[in-house]
Amino acid sequence: MQASVSSLSISLPNSTFRSNIRFCGLRQQALGFQSVSQSQLNKSQRIRIVGRKSRLQKRLVSVSASDSDNGSPTKSFDYDLLIIGAGVGGHGAALHAVEKGLKTAIVEGDVVGGTCVNRGCVPSKALLAVSGRMRELQDEHHMKALGLQVAAAGYDRQAVADHASNLASKIRNNLTNSMKALGVDILTGFGTILGPQKVKYGKVGFPDNVITAKDIIIATGSVPFVPKGIEVDGKTVITSDHALKLEVVPDWVAIVGSGYIGLEFSDVYTALGSEVTFIEALDQLMPGFDPEIGKLAQRVLINPRKIDYHTGVFATKITPAKDGTPVIIELTDAKTKEPKGTLEVDVALIATGRAPFTKGLGLENINVETQRGFVPVDERMRVIDANRNLVPHLYCIGDANGKMMLAHAASAQGISVVEQVSGRDHVLNHLSIPAACFTHPEISMVGLTEPQAKEKAEKEGFEMSIAKTSFKANTKALAENEGEGLAKLIYRPDNGEILGVHIFGMHAADLIHEASNAIALGTRIQDIKFAVHAHPTLSEVLDELFKSAKVNASVTKPVSEPVAV
Amino acid sequence: MASLLQSRTPSLSFSSSLSSTPVIRPSAFFLKPRSGSRVPVVRAKIREIFMPALSSTMTEGKIVSWIKSEGDVLSKGESVVVVESDKADMDVETFYDGILAAIVINEGETAPVGAAIGILAETEDEIAEAKAKATSQSSSAPPPSAPKVEESSPAPQVDAPSPAVAAAPAPTAAPSTPGKVVATPYANKLAKQHKVDIGKLVGTGPFGRITPEDVEKAAGITPASKSNVAAPAAPVASAAPAAVPPKAPSSFPEIPGSTVVPFTTMQAAVSKNMLESLTVPTFRVGYPIATDALDALYEKVKPKGVTMTALLAKAAAMALAQHPVVNATCKDGKSFTHNSSINIAVAVAINGGLITPVLQDADKLDLYLLSQKWKELVEKARAKQLQPNEYNSGTFTLSNLGMFGVDRFDAILPPGQGAIMAVGASKPTVLADKDGFFSVKNKMLVNVTADHRIIYGADLAAFLQTFSKIIENPESLTM
Repeated sequence: MQASVSSLSISLPNSTFRSNIRFCGLRQQALGFQSVSQSQLNKSQRIRIVGRKSRLQKRLVSVSASDSDNGSPTKSFDYDLLIIGAGVGGHGAALHAVEKGLKTAIVEGDVVGGTCVNRGCVPSKALLAVSGRMRELQDEHHMKALGLQVAAAGYDRQAVADHASNLASKIRNNLTNSMKALGVDILTGFGTILGPQKVKYGKVGFPDNVITAKDIIIATGSVPFVPKGIEVDGKTVITSDHALKLEVVPDWVAIVGSGYIGLEFSDVYTALGSEVTFIEALDQLMPGFDPEIGKLAQRVLINPRKIDYHTGVFATKITPAKDGTPVIIELTDAKTKEPKGTLEVDVALIATGRAPFTKGLGLENINVETQRGFVPVDERMRVIDANRNLVPHLYCIGDANGKMMLAHAASAQGISVVEQVSGRDHVLNHLSIPAACFTHPEISMVGLTEPQAKEKAEKEGFEMSIAKTSFKANTKALAENEGEGLAKLIYRPDNGEILGVHIFGMHAADLIHEASNAIALGTRIQDIKFAVHAHPTLSEVLDELFKSAKVNASVTKPVSEPVAV
Repeated sequence: MASLLQSRTPSLSFSSSLSSTPVIRPSAFFLKPRSGSRVPVVRAKIREIFMPALSSTMTEGKIVSWIKSEGDVLSKGESVVVVESDKADMDVETFYDGILAAIVINEGETAPVGAAIGILAETEDEIAEAKAKATSQSSSAPPPSAPKVEESSPAPQVDAPSPAVAAAPAPTAAPSTPGKVVATPYANKLAKQHKVDIGKLVGTGPFGRITPEDVEKAAGITPASKSNVAAPAAPVASAAPAAVPPKAPSSFPEIPGSTVVPFTTMQAAVSKNMLESLTVPTFRVGYPIATDALDALYEKVKPKGVTMTALLAKAAAMALAQHPVVNATCKDGKSFTHNSSINIAVAVAINGGLITPVLQDADKLDLYLLSQKWKELVEKARAKQLQPNEYNSGTFTLSNLGMFGVDRFDAILPPGQGAIMAVGASKPTVLADKDGFFSVKNKMLVNVTADHRIIYGADLAAFLQTFSKIIENPESLTM
């Protein structure tokens, strides 16, 4: 995969921005088959459960009042909407469908919650919560500066691992219950499309059931991608699936891939005492981030920690440890293809990205050809067949379409599809979808990076400006002794349009939404700068950012229609 | 962070420039970043990296971190060092290819805008020359030139001969593949930091890999204590008022059964002050004083609530009024600070700590008021209610251990004051006068420690003479 990544990024036109699509804060790299601009944004994800839950409780009341929220099917179909895959995307679609009065069923072959809840963002956030505290407690200087005295901090590996798995099961139950409470039928088994509007599902060894639905959404997600030559044994050569179980904390772990997944795991492992070596195929670490943010992040998250790295190399062969030998990683120069030596480590974590999970879906029955595993779709998530025609009543959302491999993007796409099938046209603006990496401190972003914006500005002939503010000037950050950080705004001075916002600093993941909402709603800087922020809060970093932007326009009118990608 | 080249800030400045002579005024070589003709003459191949002006208000900058280490090869446009400006940390790039030969200003230290912070050599051959230059920089450069890192041998060769190699036992467990070095990421970082040749180490970790402990052993560091590079050399008490106390590597043998009790705030403050006092050149002058008259006076005024502390404080204040230099302070190593009021701080042991309540304007208050004031201060100190100006406004300190029978002792000068007086017990002493007659009189020894930067021997002697006259004729104290 590494090889293919590089060759692809070279062959793609306009590939100045690397098309690293990620999912869940845990995926590293995959290439979209659509245009580069669709897949250029790296996103991580968060969970929608909290919001959902409260909405659910409200809705429960209305359920009892109207007796059935899950409407009755129209015509002769078993269901109005059938969703294949109960991950975060499918779940989001199902809830919205019930709200729209559609009779909805969801097919799940594994466990409800999908990658995000069971093997992705959710358990990883539990580990990162631990690593953040460990890091803080171990930082004598930081503690002293706050006047705290703490004896040597330690941890119990199994208890940490349990925290992660308990969190995953709790969220999984919440998801399941929220769908059950609304009357969504959860059908167990692998779903296969037999023909238009017809799906069979069933467990291995049991007779299949065939059902029909007016509209079908494919939301089957993805699995960790393992490049050729790498032998995963689940013990010493592992993927994020294994790493999240935290069965060992190795002395020395090599992480192949320095995107979100790799970065977050390096945060966890170094906080727990491991040393880390990054192996990155591209010339610099954290290739998907805005270069300035990446540079700062490297200075804070990599250089002072027990981490070293090899860039511009592929891990062409990784042999698991056995019979008293360590894990052996053979490195090859990414450009010259010459051997670049070997590494001997205790564990190798493969974080090279996610591959779509679309096998066995029966796509051949409706003449759809996947592209590198991804289901081709248009901007409304409608599936495109081999003849470039739209397949009626069939949609694909989330990692399986590869547009933006993020849990919350999948959910947003699902909601967009439900809007369409219930009669309202809707196109999702992918540029307004934020992403975050939950290191300490966090990284978050929305919209374009500086090089992307620069290219767009040149192509479309507008001027582009940049404003920056530092966490050093923020009272709350200083009170927390966390002044390290930067917020960066990329905008058009002529009309005040926000092109992108990038934040590195404490709680960056929570701060980004002011910017992403502004982009989604088309709010302009000259308007948002009048919004008031509570003092003293971290949100003032963004307040100051907007205020420091120099916009020439003063007239308020919508910037532009949300851009569909 | 913004490279200086790309950033939109108008105040661009240079990270490196040229020098053709060994020592130059760096600021003279600040050049406008006009493309093309920024370098007037290219002769020498050794360049200085200057502290850039990152904003119009910036006068000095702090080195947050060196991204590159000595010996690293740099290419034009690469970030070399991170500098803290008033608002943010900025990466500073080099404008030239070369080798970072020497770091002049270490991480965490400060240099004025335009001062050389590092030396860039064009080729390896020039590293030695550059290093020599760096050394001369630190002696002849503008004030804040911090001591150079020269922890390895001053010889031009980069690698210090690693003593660990000789010390290490014959490599019995050779690494699996001969000639291959496997070192963990942190071991590599440490080796670079401490200039240990990792190729010469024998790893003791799993699979014969070199661990951070191996490097620390080779570098002669006790593990766990992370002492950072070279401690500052002789305190060139100049620009930095708060001279950094030498970091004690403190590796004391562990005695079984010992417990560690962290300092309380007060104890920590004492510890900090004591360390700071080491930067002041002090000397001591002792003086024997007859106290018969004072004792007699004390007996008389005792019923009126006057304490010995008040008597001594009053006497000291009156003497200080005649010798203002002893009441002065040296704040920056360059000037006298004459204090308008005479505030006598008196050291008292309270609740396992030490505090110095201050009798303000002790020369102006009469003995009775002073005594009353002192009582209030002690009560407040016991209740931990002293206000900061009630314990840190002293201009002269009095420390009395006489009540314990101590006949003489030596006090440490507290930072920010010019002198401290140590008072011993008054004891009957056999004396011979100039006519050869013996008598027995009560005498006490006082010993004054003073800052010799502002107070000289004669000053102190004259002060003590006055003080002794007041004690020996104490009537003036009651006036």
